[in-house]
Amino acid sequence: MSILVLAEHHDGVLTGATAHAVAAAKQIGADIDILVAGENVAAVAESAARLDSVNKVRVADNTAYAHQLAEPLSMLICELAGDYSHVLAVASTTGKNIMPRVAALKDVSQISEIIAVESADTFKRPIYAGNAIATVQSADALKVITVRPTGFDAVGEGGSAAITEIDFVADNTQSSFIKEELAQSDRPELSAAKVVVSGGRGMGNGENFKLLNGIADKLGAAIGASRAAVDAGFVPNDMQVGQTGKIVAPDLYIAVGISGAIQHLAGMKDSKVIVAINKDEEAPIFQIADYGLVADLFEALPDLEQKL
Amino acid sequence: MKILVAVKRVIDYNVKIRVKPDNSDVDLTNVKMAMNPFCEIAMEEAVRLKERGVGTEVVAVSIGPKAAQEQLRTALALGADRAIHVETDERIESLAVAKLLTKVVEEEQPSLVIVGKQAIDTDNNQTGQMLAALTGLSQGTFASEVIIEGGKAKVTREVDGGLQAIELSLPAIVTTDLRLNEPRYAKLPDIMKAKKKPLDTKTPADLGIEVASNITLLKVESPAERQGGVKVGSVDELIDKLKNEAKVIS
Repeated sequence: MSILVLAEHHDGVLTGATAHAVAAAKQIGADIDILVAGENVAAVAESAARLDSVNKVRVADNTAYAHQLAEPLSMLICELAGDYSHVLAVASTTGKNIMPRVAALKDVSQISEIIAVESADTFKRPIYAGNAIATVQSADALKVITVRPTGFDAVGEGGSAAITEIDFVADNTQSSFIKEELAQSDRPELSAAKVVVSGGRGMGNGENFKLLNGIADKLGAAIGASRAAVDAGFVPNDMQVGQTGKIVAPDLYIAVGISGAIQHLAGMKDSKVIVAINKDEEAPIFQIADYGLVADLFEALPDLEQKL
Repeated sequence: MKILVAVKRVIDYNVKIRVKPDNSDVDLTNVKMAMNPFCEIAMEEAVRLKERGVGTEVVAVSIGPKAAQEQLRTALALGADRAIHVETDERIESLAVAKLLTKVVEEEQPSLVIVGKQAIDTDNNQTGQMLAALTGLSQGTFASEVIIEGGKAKVTREVDGGLQAIELSLPAIVTTDLRLNEPRYAKLPDIMKAKKKPLDTKTPADLGIEVASNITLLKVESPAERQGGVKVGSVDELIDKLKNEAKVIS
C-alpha cells in the first residue's frame, strides 16, 4: 500500500493546502509520494521534498502540464496509478477538475472532500452543504480521493525526500489554455489565512467593501464575502465563502452584514472563533457566533479599525 | 447543434434537512423536491444557445425514480424539446450516472453536453468530469461563460484564484457554475405545452449498465452543533474579548 498526493501549486510556489492533503495521507498510513506536475516546477518539487512524512517527490516538468488542464493531468496520474493504493488531491478547483476524471478512467469511484480518515478504506465527508456527515467505505482497489484542507492539520517541514523525474508526456489535443485572470492581492490567500473578514449583503454595495480593508490590514486578514454579496455584484466570485465557494477555517472569522444563510455557514462554521457584526439581532449568524455585536456596521467598522 | 442537458431531482434547497434517527441516511419522506439549482443553470444555458440559433435541439435527461419525471417536465417547460428518463430506484453513485449518460451520449451524439457542477444533496462534483473521461471528450468545468464559435467551445472557468479561459474541441462536456446565467421561471402556457412533449423512458438494463457501486454508505450523522456565544455591547468590549478571552488578536 502506498499513496500518491498531487501537489497543488501556483506561480511556481507550492500552496499550503498540499501539506494538509499529506496529513490526510499520513492518517491513512502508508508510504507517501508527491506528484509535482507543471512547467518549470523545480522549486515546487524542492518545497514538496521538505514536507514531513514524504518518501519521494515525482516530478513531471513539461509544457503539457502547464496550467493544470484536466486532460493531460489525468492521463499522467493514470500512468502512475498502478504503483498506488490511494491517490489524493486537495479539494480545490484544480483537484476537483482532475480527480473524478482519473477515477472514471480507472473505473473506480471517487470520494469527494473527505474531512476525516476512519481507516484505509473508510472516510467521513460532508453532504447537504455540511448539514450531514456521511461515513463511506470504498471497496475499490484504487481509492481516488479529494481532501478538504480544513479537516486536517498540515504536516510540518523538515523532511528531505528524494526527487525523481517522470518522462511520460501526455498527448492532449482536446483542450488548450487561452488565458487566466487571477485576482491580484497583497493579502493572504482566503483559504489559508489565519484571519478572515467577510462582508455580506448588508455592506450595501461594492464600494463599501473598502471599509473592511483597514481592519484586514491591521489583522493581516484575507477578505471574503457571502454568496448574497457576490450575487448582488458587489465583489467577484473568487471572494465567495460557502458551500459553492471557498471553505475556510481560520483562527478568527469576522462576519460583517452577513445574515448567516445555511450555504454560507457551510463554508466557515469550522472557524475557531467567529465574530458577527449585524444590525439585525435576529440574524441566524448570531446563533453560531462566539461574539456577536448588534450594531450598524457603518459605525462599528470605522470604530473597530481605529481601536485595533 | 444538438445539446444534451442532464438534470437531477434533489431536495429543495430551502428545506432544512433531517438525519434519520437510525443514522442510515437523510430523511426524504414528505420533503419538497426540486430540480438541482446547478441543473437549472445548465438548462437555461442550453435554451439560450438555442434561442441564439447556436443550438438546434435541446434534449433533457434525468436518472432516478419515477418522480424524476416532474423535473423532466420542468425541463420541457423551460425549453427542452424532448426528454429521456432513465428510471431506477437504486441509490446511484456518480460513476454509474456517468456510465449511463455515456450510453445516452453514444445514442444521441450531441455536440455539447451541459450538466451542473454538483448536486446539492451529495455535493460530489464528479459526474461531468467522469462523463468527459468515459466518452473521451474534453471538459470545461465550473463555467461562468460559454461561447461556441468555429467548431470550438471557449469556456471561462471559475477557479480558486479568479478566472481561467480554455478552448475545447467539440463535442465537449461543460459543467455550470453559479454565475453562468440566471435561470428563468417556466411560464404557465409552457408548462401546459410541456405535458405534450415527448418523454422516453428507459432502464439501466436497457442501456446495458450495472449500477451497483463499490461505495457503501455506512452512516449519516448530524454535524457537531456549534454553540452560540455571547453578545457584546460595544466595539471596545469586542476587542477586549478577542484579546484577553479568545486570545486570537494581540
